[in-house]
Amino acid sequence: MQWETVIGLEIHAQLATRSKIFSGASTAFGAEPNTQACAVDLGLPGVLPVLNREAVVMAVRFSAAINADLERRSVFARKNYFYPDLPKGYQISQFELPIVGRGSVEILLEDGEIRTIGVTRAHLEEDAGKSLHGDFHGLTGIDLNRAGTPLLEIVSEPDMRSAKEAVAYARKIHQIVRYIGICDGNMQEGSFRADANVSVRRSGGELGTRAELKNLNSFRFLERAINFEVERQIDILESGGKVVQETRLYDPERDETRSMRSKEEANDYRYFPDPDLLPVELDDAFIAAAIEGMPELPDVRRVRFSEEYALGNSDAAQLTASRELADYYEATVEEGGDPRLAANWVTGELAAALNREGSDIGQSPITASMLAGLLQRISDNTISGKIAKQVFDAMWSSGGSADEIIENQGLKQITDSVALEGIVDEVVNANPSQVDAYRQADEKKQIKMLGFFVGQVMQASKGKANPKQVNELLRRKLTS
Amino acid sequence: MSLERSDVEKIAHLARLAVSSDELDSVAGDLSTILQLMEQMNAVNTDGVIPMAHPLHMAQRLRPDEVSEIDERDHFQSIAPATENGLYLVPRVIE
Repeated sequence: MQWETVIGLEIHAQLATRSKIFSGASTAFGAEPNTQACAVDLGLPGVLPVLNREAVVMAVRFSAAINADLERRSVFARKNYFYPDLPKGYQISQFELPIVGRGSVEILLEDGEIRTIGVTRAHLEEDAGKSLHGDFHGLTGIDLNRAGTPLLEIVSEPDMRSAKEAVAYARKIHQIVRYIGICDGNMQEGSFRADANVSVRRSGGELGTRAELKNLNSFRFLERAINFEVERQIDILESGGKVVQETRLYDPERDETRSMRSKEEANDYRYFPDPDLLPVELDDAFIAAAIEGMPELPDVRRVRFSEEYALGNSDAAQLTASRELADYYEATVEEGGDPRLAANWVTGELAAALNREGSDIGQSPITASMLAGLLQRISDNTISGKIAKQVFDAMWSSGGSADEIIENQGLKQITDSVALEGIVDEVVNANPSQVDAYRQADEKKQIKMLGFFVGQVMQASKGKANPKQVNELLRRKLTS
Repeated sequence: MSLERSDVEKIAHLARLAVSSDELDSVAGDLSTILQLMEQMNAVNTDGVIPMAHPLHMAQRLRPDEVSEIDERDHFQSIAPATENGLYLVPRVIE
């Protein structure tokens, strides 16, 4: 039996505002419990929510970034349910008239195919607080610092057909919200969360019953949870059972999903327009100001990189993965680094070093202009690529410019032919048997054997000899 | 449309309201009257009328994104039934 997987994602992106969506309390992460929960966030009587302009601006920017239909009039509604981390007994959200209408993004699949994934809508809402089930004498602790933090909930169409596609889509949204500076994308801190609606059906048949997967706080968990869930549903259907519509929690330790609660009752949210808030109306001037200064979007930048700097698709994609990295690369090129060389070093040596230290590009001890300085010395043959790695390591650990390090450590490439000839002569004289063997070998073998001599010369010169000149000199000396 | 006793029980549960069983019939009757009024209004032709989200003919005012609140935790928690380490304590929530 052929089964087709159908996946839709609901992504909650915490908007990077300083204050909350409806109050002037701070949104800074990590504060002492309840020190950033004011009367509005606590839902005390007599308070009035007032909408944060910046949250609206950010929604407008997102709308522009995914080519969506921006709704000039949107309405806040109350979503009613009882839970201790929701003090008002309702969440202020948007229901019938969300601010962002239909849009789409393109995802690049592993085989190079590009797929368009529809975004149904995106709406503004407030986050809830946090429940802590620690040791509180059988009670639950509530921290309302997060209550009222602005969220943009981005709902996709059920357009994805595999866990890999779902991850590619989630990564794309993640990339976009970070590029346009509306969300820090930190998944550990919960700034970017994805829920997955997963169902399976017979190929081309009617949609199956879906399960909603929660607690997917990394792209890896998202992929694993979906894969587990698809298998689970197929097993049920193939053994003649029925999939139940429910919310399931992913347990990363056991790598499985399990039923959380039946949503039948919880789903009866009885939405109605919030009488505390008036409709949001956007005019041309507001929209123009909101999208002014929007950065170049990742897909556009990727295409430009591959054309302008003659980079392969994979390099261009890697370099534009985040705005910070793309900015770093372009700064390196602007400071005089050769574009191809810069691409190799940024995606190679630099990425590896950052990875080793678990830091990101913003924390790199080697600035773009420092890297450009190093690359220029490779391009003008002052140092070889091998020595350049040594200089790179020195820059990484103790700072300083490439020129300073090359000078202080005497790493300048030996291009003086007299000096090189001296070293080559020494090597030739010190290895008479290898020289004999070389002279008797055929041309093919000679090419292989030359490596031995080059290695010896490089060693004697501490890697500073110009490899090209060494090759030429050796060939001449060995054949004569 | 008129409501059954079971509808009222469900609505009361969702709203966490305790409605005693001898009140159910009269509440069902009252609520049904409201729904009948809705039906009457539904019959009016509203083609071309934009649904009203708020009785005031105004748009939402926006506030600058500035932190204007100070920490008043102690003040707020003085009226809470139970707190510990800055947390509000509530009966255990089962997931």
